[in-house]
Amino acid sequence: MHAIYAWLIGPFVEFDFLRRALVGALALSLSGAPVGVFLMLRRMSLTGDAMAHAILPGAAIGYLLYGLSLPAMTFGGLAAGFVVALLAGAVARLTQLREDASMAAFYLLSLALGVTIVSLRGSNVDLLHVLFGSVLALDDATLILLGAVAVITLFTLAALWRPLVVECVDPGFLRSVSRAGAPTHLIFLVLLVLNLVAGFHALGTLLAVGVIVLPAVSARFWARQVTGMAAVAIAVAALSGWLGLALSYHHGLPAGPAIILVAGVIYVLSLCLGPVGGLVWRALPGRHLEA
Amino acid sequence: MSAPVVAPVSPPPQPARRPLPPVLRFDNVTLGYDRHPAVHHLHLQIAPGALTAIVGPNGAGKSTLLKAAAGLIRPLDGVIQRGVPARRIAYLPQAAALDNSFPLTVYDLVAMGLWERCGLFGRIGRRHAPRIAEALRAVGLTGLESRPIGALSGGQLQRALFARLLLQDAALILLDEPFNALDAATVADLTALIHRWRDEGRTVLAALHDLELVRASFPQTLLLARELIAHGPTDVALTEANLARARRMNEAPDPHAAPCVRAA
Repeated sequence: MHAIYAWLIGPFVEFDFLRRALVGALALSLSGAPVGVFLMLRRMSLTGDAMAHAILPGAAIGYLLYGLSLPAMTFGGLAAGFVVALLAGAVARLTQLREDASMAAFYLLSLALGVTIVSLRGSNVDLLHVLFGSVLALDDATLILLGAVAVITLFTLAALWRPLVVECVDPGFLRSVSRAGAPTHLIFLVLLVLNLVAGFHALGTLLAVGVIVLPAVSARFWARQVTGMAAVAIAVAALSGWLGLALSYHHGLPAGPAIILVAGVIYVLSLCLGPVGGLVWRALPGRHLEA
Repeated sequence: MSAPVVAPVSPPPQPARRPLPPVLRFDNVTLGYDRHPAVHHLHLQIAPGALTAIVGPNGAGKSTLLKAAAGLIRPLDGVIQRGVPARRIAYLPQAAALDNSFPLTVYDLVAMGLWERCGLFGRIGRRHAPRIAEALRAVGLTGLESRPIGALSGGQLQRALFARLLLQDAALILLDEPFNALDAATVADLTALIHRWRDEGRTVLAALHDLELVRASFPQTLLLARELIAHGPTDVALTEANLARARRMNEAPDPHAAPCVRAA
């Protein structure tokens, strides 16, 4: 019992920076995981990844002008995210290119541009900070940002739940009863960018999408309905944050990657053992029923 | 010197049998994609309460016509007037549009039909449960409420979509090939539902391929082959000569077609 306490709780009691990291990770879990569930159900998981990279040049320009400043990099990231989302949508609508292809083009450009801009001014340490975040150095302002994003996301999702679900299942029906389809999609993209920018401060541009997508795809193997999926995804994300931080403290691992690795392990376990279509249950289906 | 005028106590009687305004009125409407017409210069009136089948070969513009009636596509030319507000129109597209891998139960799918009453944000709660249960009973899906929609057979899914239509309580119901790939029993049950709608005074337009079914169950028929071939009582519209004319329609659009100069 004592060993478990010392391993899982002790470090957070002892160190302020670990407590801050945990609070940040929990806030990210609360908002990012349900967004991830809808991202997955809308078949946009890779779009999420692309958007995460798209944020980089904006944040990098903020960094170039003001150094490691929270408002500058946040604002730059938000602006870049929205521009890429709208451009990719516009290119898809106006040309032959599908949205996923134009997304891929934009995010590759963004990543190259972002890394170049950061290198213009900064050191490799700064580049690492931008790419992989600094969950162990969250200051008050960043924590408030993460909390605010979580609150905005949860209230918006609660309000838009029905059109989001209906638009995934039967977009034709939504179009025939309401004009909410396009605004819903747009607001959802805004939520995605907000969460990516929040995640960017903690986990960096390359890993931010991990805490959004991995818990969601894990949840698919545990719940049959959207509500349950969102709850499981939040739990998985929170657990990943907690275990990941503890792991990084005890074994000297980089914190952000440790969090994502724990989420990855949970994903693989869910894939194998999850009661809803997990591999083990597929291999051992049991004898068929009478009716 | 004038005779005393006695004010009438009751409002003056309506002129007998004044025709009700049409539920749908197409005025020289051309519908299509990329300037190529799929439905050409259509004049059409659908009377309230009519039960009409839309018949025609593939590519005749049946789906396009229904989409335009539902207000989902804009006509290239001409005017579409609707006698009912947009929210009282229900449209059931061909089944392919539904993502049935989505984790949703039959109950929730059917409950979507309450959209008009509950809107984006309204609560769908216990007080709606009897209506939803009644709709499920009417289509014969009682007991399958908690099934995920991905586990339904094609016929069950179509029954669920009809239950959703029941809840939508629409005045004008547009059905795009609602009986594709369904067995005879399902078709019979759903046809009975359509007749129930007709008896309730709703207007129904359905795109169909099965001429026997049309002759047996649909009093009005609209025969379409890009142009309107015939519209009227089914036995008058579906003559061999009319059907032969419809079959002669040329399906491929001409890439070098010149702008249409036909007068309205």
